Amino acid sequence: MRITLQIWRQPNAKAKGRMVRYEVPDVNPEMSFLEMLDVLNESLIAKGQDPVAFDHDCREGICGMCGFMIDGVAHGPRRGTTVCQLHMRHFKDGDELYLEPWRARAFPIVKDLVVNRSAFDRIVAAGGFITAPTGSAPDGNAILVPKEAADVSMDAAACIGCGACVAMCPNAAAALFTGAKITHLGVLPQGQPERYRRAVAMVAQAGAEMFGYCTNVGECEAVCPKDIKLEVIARMNRDFLKAVVTGRGTEPQ
Amino acid sequence: MELDAKVPAGPIETLWDKHKFDLKLVNPANKRKYNIIVVGSGLAGGSASATLGELGYNVQCFCFQDSPRRAHSIAAQGGINAAKNYPGDGDSIYRLFYDTVKGGDFRSREANVYRLAQISVEIIDQCVAQGVPFAREYGGLLDNRSFGGAQVSRTFYARGQTGQQLLLGAYQALERQIGAGQVKMYPRHEMLDLVVIDGRARGIVTRDLITGKIESYVADAVVLGTGGYGNAYYLSTNAKGSNVTASWRAYKKGALFANPCFTQIHPTCIPVTGEYQSKLTLMSESLRNDGRIWVPLKKGDKRPPNQIPAEDRDYYLERRYPSFGNLVPRDVASRNAKAVCDEGRGVGESGLGVYLDLSEAIQRLGKHVIMERYGNLFDMYERITGENPYEVPMRIYPAIHYTMGGLWVDYNLMSTIPGLYVIGEANFSDHGANRLGASALMQGLADGYFVLPYTIGDYLATSKQPKVDTSHAAFREVETQVACQTKRLLEIKGTRSVDSFHRDLGKLLWEYCGMARTAEGLRYALDKIVALRAQFWRDVKVLGTGEELNQSLEKAGRVGDFFELAELMCLDALDRNESCGGHFREEYQTPDGEALRNDAEYSYVAAWQYRGEGQPPELHKEPLHFDYVHPSQRSYK
Repeated sequence: MRITLQIWRQPNAKAKGRMVRYEVPDVNPEMSFLEMLDVLNESLIAKGQDPVAFDHDCREGICGMCGFMIDGVAHGPRRGTTVCQLHMRHFKDGDELYLEPWRARAFPIVKDLVVNRSAFDRIVAAGGFITAPTGSAPDGNAILVPKEAADVSMDAAACIGCGACVAMCPNAAAALFTGAKITHLGVLPQGQPERYRRAVAMVAQAGAEMFGYCTNVGECEAVCPKDIKLEVIARMNRDFLKAVVTGRGTEPQ
Repeated sequence: MELDAKVPAGPIETLWDKHKFDLKLVNPANKRKYNIIVVGSGLAGGSASATLGELGYNVQCFCFQDSPRRAHSIAAQGGINAAKNYPGDGDSIYRLFYDTVKGGDFRSREANVYRLAQISVEIIDQCVAQGVPFAREYGGLLDNRSFGGAQVSRTFYARGQTGQQLLLGAYQALERQIGAGQVKMYPRHEMLDLVVIDGRARGIVTRDLITGKIESYVADAVVLGTGGYGNAYYLSTNAKGSNVTASWRAYKKGALFANPCFTQIHPTCIPVTGEYQSKLTLMSESLRNDGRIWVPLKKGDKRPPNQIPAEDRDYYLERRYPSFGNLVPRDVASRNAKAVCDEGRGVGESGLGVYLDLSEAIQRLGKHVIMERYGNLFDMYERITGENPYEVPMRIYPAIHYTMGGLWVDYNLMSTIPGLYVIGEANFSDHGANRLGASALMQGLADGYFVLPYTIGDYLATSKQPKVDTSHAAFREVETQVACQTKRLLEIKGTRSVDSFHRDLGKLLWEYCGMARTAEGLRYALDKIVALRAQFWRDVKVLGTGEELNQSLEKAGRVGDFFELAELMCLDALDRNESCGGHFREEYQTPDGEALRNDAEYSYVAAWQYRGEGQPPELHKEPLHFDYVHPSQRSYK
């Protein structure tokens, strides 16, 4: 099949970008989307043109490194699928597709489809952990975790930190990402001692990174490749609110 | 060179505790005076950086991805072993030790393996405390399952994403230290060389992948947790970026490379569909618990699988190994799949595939049970192949998955360069010639959380090093070398892309240094690799400049190192005139086609020393002794 691509090309963070049109004439329906871009890049290199830069690593949908907009939708048209796991059989011969990088103030563009998502790491560094220095742990079975809590925690912990939620959100909010981590740790017994402090610190950091605020649009849930539910945002808001009202999550001055 | 593994003397149960006591300590107030570089942020590198930071050292951690959370440990599916014996089914530290030594086909160091089994129990405790959401029973206790044919249930798991959850645990601990200022993180930085001063590892030279800037970093010790080298084969289950460069540059600076030919081929991966294929995807081998593996009895039987009646099917594993059947170890299952495909009985368009059929299990247990057990794997299969595995049997084929070989380390995880430590898959240590399922996560975390943080303190406390900084001439020299290599790659301006060379190299290795090897084939491959490598350095086409994000340039450097490593892998495979674990030499097999070890002559670790460009590397042998688990022929009949 033949696919036409309109791709955002931008040499570096400071340069001006523009859409450039490319033809990929012999796309095999068994290819993944990224393999199609590999083929395009091989042909660009053969012609002496700069290949398209895009982030990717595991290509199994778990590392969270890949991701861009396809026709305005983060990770493209298939639900619960990263671009590395999206296959060309879901497109038609003659399709014309628009590829753009994640767009959010907190994710500055590095080159072409590559953006800088370090803001996510800083949100985690602010409080997305349980303080448990190596060697200090009691026996694994000393802490009972109800199966239901373990399941809710695991559902949230499945987040791969790809940034699709931010890219799709009209406010460029990081609420689904932040809420997922707050939920993962906050529903476990081990996570209780730092629960409120964590919520306050992470939400504050997300604000400092210039992510927007959540207005319950729900686009994030719709494009999340790991099906993280909006419920995690509700849990985040509840923990945050409770902390602020009671003053529990703030450091003593 | 005398290889001293520094294994303490005494009964194996007491070695690690005694050794920990004998190790010198660094006074808490002095720890902040020491700088440690950790390269890699996976289970080993991430857990080591976090722990060293917690102890009070100044840590600098480097990774080539955009975040430490992307390291390829994240893709591990199945689980992590630990000798907790929670189910009360007869497991013990000694049994895990025994199984691992035997599973490694008697080519690992007993003392290291025993320590690994001991530490396994602490790892689970640590991960639970961090909030890793392991699977639970309804009563709230941790759930276990049997994995990879083990006779006890010792595998802890978090759905099909155990690696992800363990890595996120280590990553969160690491981020906590980054937030506290104990660890400085350098994402999108690739280590391009090691700096050795007065015979000791004192720093690294990196390339900032965004700006292209070549930078030097100084430290009192350097730790490599840079993973395995399976991507030498081009197609593997590794992430696209996984590479051998850090290890290889250390090898060229004097660290010995051990057992490079010990590579693991995983039997249950999704087959290749075409030339454009960029990577292979693993299907967890837990599927073999309920699946039956077969091919048509007759060559060229092109009927759809559902129309092939039972009498025209060959369930070859059940036929050849009646007691283990479909649950034989990875190396045995892989070789048998290759054999039936070589006979022309393979399935799928390419003929390189066998059926993994769960239809009987679906009938027996009901679709909902299979969905509960393997739903996410079935979804993944359907996403990739477009076929519904509830209706047609899956097609699978072996693929390169893990490398047991790596930089040689002693009991303290230190390489032959003082001050250079190697942890996780990057070292050669604990898996011998074949790794058992759910053991890689265990080893990565054991090294990073519980071994290295002790042993590195002894080195720092006793080594009394002069103060140096990056203005030292040795850094200038290495920076110049690194810049020259980058310049050289950019100036070739040839006609072929990096990937096209990498693909050709991968095919050679897969064909001649893959599942089955012969002396003749290896010699042929060595000639071809040398010729292809020469062509690479003459004709590779890398566009752009070194002062920008240049993904072709990154790949070119890595492939350049894979070429050199490939040669060493073939040399090592040629030197080892026996079959053991993942290394199967066709000349050495039992009458019924099983691996035939030669303990009298090859019970050693083959550690290779770099002797300079164009010189053959020198082989050093670390003899292996088995005082507890006595070598026997592995039998799964």
